[in-house]
Amino acid sequence: MTAALASQGYGFLTGPGWNLVADARYMLGFAFMRNAFAAGTASALVAGLVGYFVVLRASSFAAHAISHIGFAGAAGAVLLGVNPVLGVGVLSLTASVGMGLLGRRLRGRDVVIGLVMAASLGLGYLFISLYTGNATDAYAVLFGQIFGITTGAVQITVLTSVVVLALLAAGYRPLLFASLDEEVAEARGIRVGAVGLGFMVLLALAVSEAVQVSGVLLIFALLVAPGAIAGRVFRRPAAALALSAGLAVLITWASLALAFYTPYPVSFYVTSLAFVLYLGARAMTGRAGLGRRLSAAVRPSREPSADTGPPATVRL
Amino acid sequence: MTGVPVIGATGLASGYRGRTVWSGAGFSVADGEFLTVLGPNGAGKSTLLRMILGLLRPAAGTLRVFGEPPLRGNPAIGYVPQRRALDPDLGVRAADMVGLGVDGHRWGVGVSPAKRRERADAVSHALASVGAAPLAGRAVGRLSGGEQQRLQLAQALVARPRLLLLDEPLASLDLRSQQEVSQLVADLRAEYGFTVVLVTHDINPVLAVTDRVMYIAGGGVSVGRPADVITSASLSRLYQAEVEVLTDSRGRLFVVGLDAETAHPHSPRGARS
Repeated sequence: MTAALASQGYGFLTGPGWNLVADARYMLGFAFMRNAFAAGTASALVAGLVGYFVVLRASSFAAHAISHIGFAGAAGAVLLGVNPVLGVGVLSLTASVGMGLLGRRLRGRDVVIGLVMAASLGLGYLFISLYTGNATDAYAVLFGQIFGITTGAVQITVLTSVVVLALLAAGYRPLLFASLDEEVAEARGIRVGAVGLGFMVLLALAVSEAVQVSGVLLIFALLVAPGAIAGRVFRRPAAALALSAGLAVLITWASLALAFYTPYPVSFYVTSLAFVLYLGARAMTGRAGLGRRLSAAVRPSREPSADTGPPATVRL
Repeated sequence: MTGVPVIGATGLASGYRGRTVWSGAGFSVADGEFLTVLGPNGAGKSTLLRMILGLLRPAAGTLRVFGEPPLRGNPAIGYVPQRRALDPDLGVRAADMVGLGVDGHRWGVGVSPAKRRERADAVSHALASVGAAPLAGRAVGRLSGGEQQRLQLAQALVARPRLLLLDEPLASLDLRSQQEVSQLVADLRAEYGFTVVLVTHDINPVLAVTDRVMYIAGGGVSVGRPADVITSASLSRLYQAEVEVLTDSRGRLFVVGLDAETAHPHSPRGARS
């Protein structure tokens, strides 16, 4: 871990040469950067795709809660000396299956989910305070530590992504149908309960992967923001999914590169980029959005401007 | 009419967790018929639709759909559930929503170009037949309630059903829209030749287009022509209470004599005025 932290400074000390190809080649010359890019890309792809469905199904609070419940698992794993991501995986899977079994009854259960989430965070805090060793591992789970990822963890992350992508592709149409129109989907023979449960499992896997990049606390940036942006920009689900995955990957790549060449952490860049992009998408696509106003301004207006009131007073 | 009835029921009862909602329903719906299911809220009208869809087992009796026991996911049945407000931020295209009616229940992503063309043709035809062709590229969340309902209809039609089930399609519409929707369903029946089962709590907008009515109330079911079922004597028997059916100058029917808990007035608007 300390080696990885120290290595973070390499790029910062040399600085970018503003030759993108040379800079990328230099950056990827480091094994820890190759690992970070491999795991980051795999996690971001899954986060972007699953995230679009999270937005469609209006279950972003569930996603948030699953990651926080996963924190207790991570802290417990640190205490036991096991890989924290494994702990996140176990507890977030348990939580998501529990929520999935509630099915439709999940709606309006924000208080219960929130309380379980708070209890889990408290439990995680207890585990951390019981842990006598270095707290960096727990800290890494809260805010992400992709630069510290081991080659073994990269392999597991990539493998998990392949499994999630395959399952998403196989269940794409029923999942979309059940997410958009549950009642009709059920009438058409789709087992909406099973689809919902399956989706929660995919969500738990996506959360466990994304936690490595953004951390438990900042998971929204990677898991929800790209899907929310894509849903505003594109009306075709397939196009929106592609954009969501693409944005998640781009945000991750840009953040990794920025963090390599500056002394600031990856997840700070992930959240900032996601937030700025979301604001941009809102401004361009909103009801009174910039995009609409711009296209209206470009169109020549038939009537002369009615705005002939007294000139505005300029206040100094 | 000829052949097997589209829906046949004998001694049918509805209920869950050991509680019977209604029982003793025996009826059959002929091919191409328009049946309107009436009754107060909570009488078990939607439950009947769920049984026909194979999503709920009859508590007693037998139910046959196209001569077979109800089959979950039967592609010959189109279903328009009670409308709910869609999230206004739902930015999915209307055409994609309707397209789910074609192949949304299939596994996989669906990439075959021939199938996609077929699907696009079916979607634009269905949208055109409900008069919603201009909505194809719009985001569903931004459409009005009436427009969303036309999409639901198109989504049900796109799979070419032989039986169309509509749950409260007239709820929360103004009188004019209620008549428009009823007429649209009647026109579509003529064009596509399917059988219609439409659930509503107000008979008046469908009086001109329905063949028969099924009245579910007081735990019992009564089926027949509107003129036979919606009478003071028939409904008093069903409700086991003194009920009177009044006809206004334009032929609209009003059921009176029920307190608010036991029944819903046939026309809340009429009842208030």
